[in-house]
Amino acid sequence: MTPGSMEVPGQFRRSLVIAKKDIYIYFFKGPVLIFGILFPLFLFLAFSIGRDLPMEFLVPGIVGMTVFFTATSVGPVIAPWETRMKTLERLVSAPVSLSTILVGDMIASFVFGMLISMVPLSVGIFLLGGEIASPIAMIVGIPLATFCFSAFGILLSSPPTDTPANVMMLSTFIKFPLIFISGIFISVGDLPTWARYASFLSPLTYFVDIARHSVDGTNFFPWYLDLLALLIFSVLFYFGAVAYHKRSLPKRL
Amino acid sequence: MGHAIEVVDLTKQFNGLTAVDHIDLQVHEGEIFGFLGPNGAGKTTTIRMLTGVIKPTGGTARIFGYDIQKEPLRAKQLMGISPEMANAYVDLSAWQNLIFVGELYGVGKQQRERTAEQMLRHFDLYERRHQKVKSFSRGMMQRVIVAMSLMSLPRMLFLDEPTSGLDVESSRTIHNLVRRFSREGKTVFLTTHNIEEANQLCDRVAIINKGEIAAIDTPERLKRTIRGSQSVEVSFDRYVDIENELGLAGIQRIERRGDKLRLYTEVPGKVACELADYAKKAGLDIVTINTLGPSLEDVFLELTREAERK
Repeated sequence: MTPGSMEVPGQFRRSLVIAKKDIYIYFFKGPVLIFGILFPLFLFLAFSIGRDLPMEFLVPGIVGMTVFFTATSVGPVIAPWETRMKTLERLVSAPVSLSTILVGDMIASFVFGMLISMVPLSVGIFLLGGEIASPIAMIVGIPLATFCFSAFGILLSSPPTDTPANVMMLSTFIKFPLIFISGIFISVGDLPTWARYASFLSPLTYFVDIARHSVDGTNFFPWYLDLLALLIFSVLFYFGAVAYHKRSLPKRL
Repeated sequence: MGHAIEVVDLTKQFNGLTAVDHIDLQVHEGEIFGFLGPNGAGKTTTIRMLTGVIKPTGGTARIFGYDIQKEPLRAKQLMGISPEMANAYVDLSAWQNLIFVGELYGVGKQQRERTAEQMLRHFDLYERRHQKVKSFSRGMMQRVIVAMSLMSLPRMLFLDEPTSGLDVESSRTIHNLVRRFSREGKTVFLTTHNIEEANQLCDRVAIINKGEIAAIDTPERLKRTIRGSQSVEVSFDRYVDIENELGLAGIQRIERRGDKLRLYTEVPGKVACELADYAKKAGLDIVTINTLGPSLEDVFLELTREAERK
């Protein structure tokens, strides 16, 4: 049997191959490091320095913000970068579906989000003296939220441009307001009514709620509802990303 | 002999403009098929439809019997592609690029490492296999791209302008590879601006102009369709303003090509003799003199001009 006549192996395995390529190429790109690591770090420092806030309030916020920014930082870079460098056509002409390519990009975003978010999580647990009310919620919540935000990042990368800065600008324009209505700086319960309703539309709200629940046992929604909301957002973002990329792909080539 | 490619009524429109207009063609398994045409004729659009990169507006294309629209993954698994507009990953090394493509096509570890090594040696890149491609010259980069297209050991190779802008040595390496690939019974679909390249390599060629196929045949049969394109090419030992001085009968036109003159005529033997007489009288030495039949370039120009006139 020659490779030319072999059965087409699983598309998921090929997604992993694409993810590995993305990890090699994109993890250390400037926009990823700036928007994925420096941006949330400085935003958090600007918020917390000089304010006497309890660690139980700060830790879920920094974890939530890190997971959100890191998991959404790789995806928006890949599609415009591949368009600009003219490597997209090679991927599209290979025996892989568009979904396979996007899942590969999502896996890379997921890995980046998981790796980086372990840093504030570990520091946070240390500062809390190792005491967490519900570690299970955190263990389930972080991967699910990272997956959800990775899909969100892929959706954000769908505009047909070959300029990563354009997508990063759009991405920041959408992500930045979500930070302020998702319970990171002010608990959802303390938000004005309009902002509280707006916060229900943000996937970050549900993860921050899980993080608060897991750190000090307080929560706005029941934790299972948070998980369900993240799951629903993940599905919506993924299928939205596939649909929008399908539409924008011919304009990229 | 089966068909590697069967195209029926293939059409592509962009915003109402027809880029490829109801074309039909078959490429036999094992042949080197050239696809020629001027800029904007529809060559790259056709190759992109055949390789499943873009969807046709109408018609069908089958690759070894697999409809590229209905069974794209099976069809793509059988092809290697070197797209004109594509690039290698410049942040990866040559080795990583080749291994990546091998993995993407599901080639086993041992096989892909063996093939990558063979390809890098063949293209004289093995010594620099661990260097990032961004440090490579245009020619080296193109060799990496062609090598990537061979990593899946495909039954058919699509090469879109593979030697465009390359130095002679890189072009020759790619030509040798195409010939070797064909000797193994595999199929090559080659688009090129370089008509001599098509003439030297291809078993058959199609000429596309304004989205329509103007002709499909072997290069030699196509040449025979052109009348009045015989010529005599002559080079003297010094510059001669022959266009004004010669005054020979039966010359249709004269073209100056570097240090040579090409005289188009229906009676090349007679013209050659008259040129020899002229040289003797004028005290000139003839450096070279050749009678030439119509070239594939003549066919190409004739067919594309004919389409312009319509």
